[in-house]
Amino acid sequence: MIKVTIDDIEVEVEPGTTILNAARQIGGEVVPPAMCYYSKLPGTGGKCRTCLVEVAAGSTADPRPMPKLMASCSTTVMDGMIVKNKTSERVHDNRGGVVEFLLINHPLDCPICDQAGECHLQDLGYEHGSAKTRYREERRTFDPIDIGNKIKLHMNRCILCYRCVHVANQLTDHRVHGVMHRGEHAEISTYIQNAVENDFSGNMIDVCPVGALTDKTFRFKSRVWFLKPMEAECACTKCSGKAVVWMFGNEIYRVTARKDKYGEVENIEDKTAWICNDCRFDKKDPSKWNIIGPRKIDRHSVISQGKYETKIDKGLNKIG
Amino acid sequence: MAGRKLLLENVHIPGIETYDVYRKNGGYASVEKALKKMTPEEVVEEVKKSGLRGRGGAGFPTGMKWSFLAKPEGVPRYLVCNADESEPGTFKDRYLMEKIPHLLIEGMITSSYALGANVSYIYIRGEFMYILHILEKAIAEARANGMLGKNIMGSGYDLELVVAPGGGAYICGEETALLESLEGKRGNPRMKPPFPAVKGLWGCPTVVNNVETIAAVVPIVNHGGEDYAKIGIERSTGTKLISASGNLVRPGVYEIEMGVSVEEFIYGDDYCQGIANGKRMKACIPGGSSVPILPAHLVTKTAAGENRLMTYESLADGGFASGSMLGSGGFIVFDEDQCIVKNTYTFARFYAHESCGQCSPCREGTGWMEKVLHRLDHGHGTIEDISLLEEINKKIEGNTICPLGDAAAWPVAAAIRHFREEFEWHVTHAAEAQTRNYGLIQPRVEEIKTL
Repeated sequence: MIKVTIDDIEVEVEPGTTILNAARQIGGEVVPPAMCYYSKLPGTGGKCRTCLVEVAAGSTADPRPMPKLMASCSTTVMDGMIVKNKTSERVHDNRGGVVEFLLINHPLDCPICDQAGECHLQDLGYEHGSAKTRYREERRTFDPIDIGNKIKLHMNRCILCYRCVHVANQLTDHRVHGVMHRGEHAEISTYIQNAVENDFSGNMIDVCPVGALTDKTFRFKSRVWFLKPMEAECACTKCSGKAVVWMFGNEIYRVTARKDKYGEVENIEDKTAWICNDCRFDKKDPSKWNIIGPRKIDRHSVISQGKYETKIDKGLNKIG
Repeated sequence: MAGRKLLLENVHIPGIETYDVYRKNGGYASVEKALKKMTPEEVVEEVKKSGLRGRGGAGFPTGMKWSFLAKPEGVPRYLVCNADESEPGTFKDRYLMEKIPHLLIEGMITSSYALGANVSYIYIRGEFMYILHILEKAIAEARANGMLGKNIMGSGYDLELVVAPGGGAYICGEETALLESLEGKRGNPRMKPPFPAVKGLWGCPTVVNNVETIAAVVPIVNHGGEDYAKIGIERSTGTKLISASGNLVRPGVYEIEMGVSVEEFIYGDDYCQGIANGKRMKACIPGGSSVPILPAHLVTKTAAGENRLMTYESLADGGFASGSMLGSGGFIVFDEDQCIVKNTYTFARFYAHESCGQCSPCREGTGWMEKVLHRLDHGHGTIEDISLLEEINKKIEGNTICPLGDAAAWPVAAAIRHFREEFEWHVTHAAEAQTRNYGLIQPRVEEIKTL
């Protein structure tokens, strides 16, 4: 085990752990935000640059500070490393810069975006963004396209985190979409609007940190904070069948995988509980699900507005 | 006397691009020497002694890079030659490969032997398709004469040499993007570490070197590393190819001894012979488009008033405040009629076009800078735009996966640092700026040294 100090908090981690995962072991405010890194998808990370941190001392053996800010998701810790995240002015400053970059071409159409309320870019903008834009130019725009009959792609909102590309590479049998073009013109797309058809392609929607990939069976049905997320399970031959159903009254509006506080799909019995497209898109009948109980939602989340969480807490206490 | 020539000495001999003429003029001597008389470790040792530094731009000591190469048992190692010369203002590798292709082949064989590589690659940019044919012809000749293939010159050493063309993306000159492209993937730079020396091409230990670096191994092995190190000053040893372009009387590719003064290089009879059409120099970019631009008074002298020399150290003297870098040796000179704002915009447009789009600061930042500079250049800018550019710069610099972000940010930062008046003039005299050039920076004109 090696020791690393993040924002004056010491933690012991396994060798080979990244700074970000070490910070997640501490939890709370010292965890840098991550828009592209996804712990369940090997190979992700390093692209969005929101998780940059200052390394004030490289290790006990070589205590020199690292001159550049380091991407915490892809930098492994060394024994005696001292990392500054919240406590570094430089980090705060540069993170603001990254958020500004991510937002200059973003349409800021949150009022009509289905991701609003559970959007990582919204959270990030709230925390590190500025109220005004300095961008006077016309924003880059694309037409929304259907990739398959269940997924809508709004490239305008995409931040090119590459997560969905990794999902297609790792969860489906073959990838038919990817990043095309270069630089500012780079876009997620399929050749000639190919359909993305695979039993697990719907997980692209879950990993998308913004509203670029949305569920066509749920689009414009409701704001997410009007729905009640309930843990549910069903007998499914393709996936674990463990999901969250988002309900309004007795109706199921949408089905997602169970996500943790970092927005990542949870591990259940050591396996990442991705759900299949049948469960996600086609099982909207409550009788097909065994509804276990309310899903715990962070009290800072807009989804728990109206003291929703306290009600759940009481409910959970009764069950427990 | 224009100094010793080690690479381009024989370039003017007719037929030097053929194996027979090249061999008659002392070619492939280094292969003979290395394979018959030296162990691979001895070759690496000579390169270390020579003090040779990477000629692609970063200037990292080659011997050190070679000694970092991991050597696990049973895993192939690769040498990849970076012939994706795409830095605006740099054309030395093209000249070398076009005129004297066997020098590169010879360097590849000797270097591959030193590194223990049995398959080596020359990654060449797609625009150089005609050079690809030249190289393939040279490789076929070398193979026919027993310099490639199995058991080269009876030494028991085998080597295959493959020329692989890219699609012409600037980013594929970055070594890890080059490796991705060589593997047949999209040319996105990889996250480092792991460095190519540990995990490079197809996950195997790999060394990536510039064309000129590999060619320089030939005279190092022939004459010994110590002899090579005698040329030059301090840690800048040997000779360097400089691609001189811009408003010069005699632009072109020059092989110079490290340590020639910049003044001599621009005005000397053996070199560029001064500024064309009797004009005065306004600015100079000494190392390719990515390095900071210098105003005339800082080109020949450092801020401390010392003579500036063509070495890694002297050109970088003064840091970013008053210095620049030797970079890849793309020496661009501007006369008094050139517009720095337009030039900066042109560079920014290039980098915005060539950004791979993988990480956010570079993808969004380069495009934003291009648009702001377009505004300034076309007379729609505001004074705030200049500070906005500086802000964007700071947010890109050092925050990206690969050096392209820095390469895009530095020229803009330096242009504003040294030519702020001209940028401001483009705002205050927007209409006039469309019809005439600002000319030399007025307050500093008397400082400009003319010969």
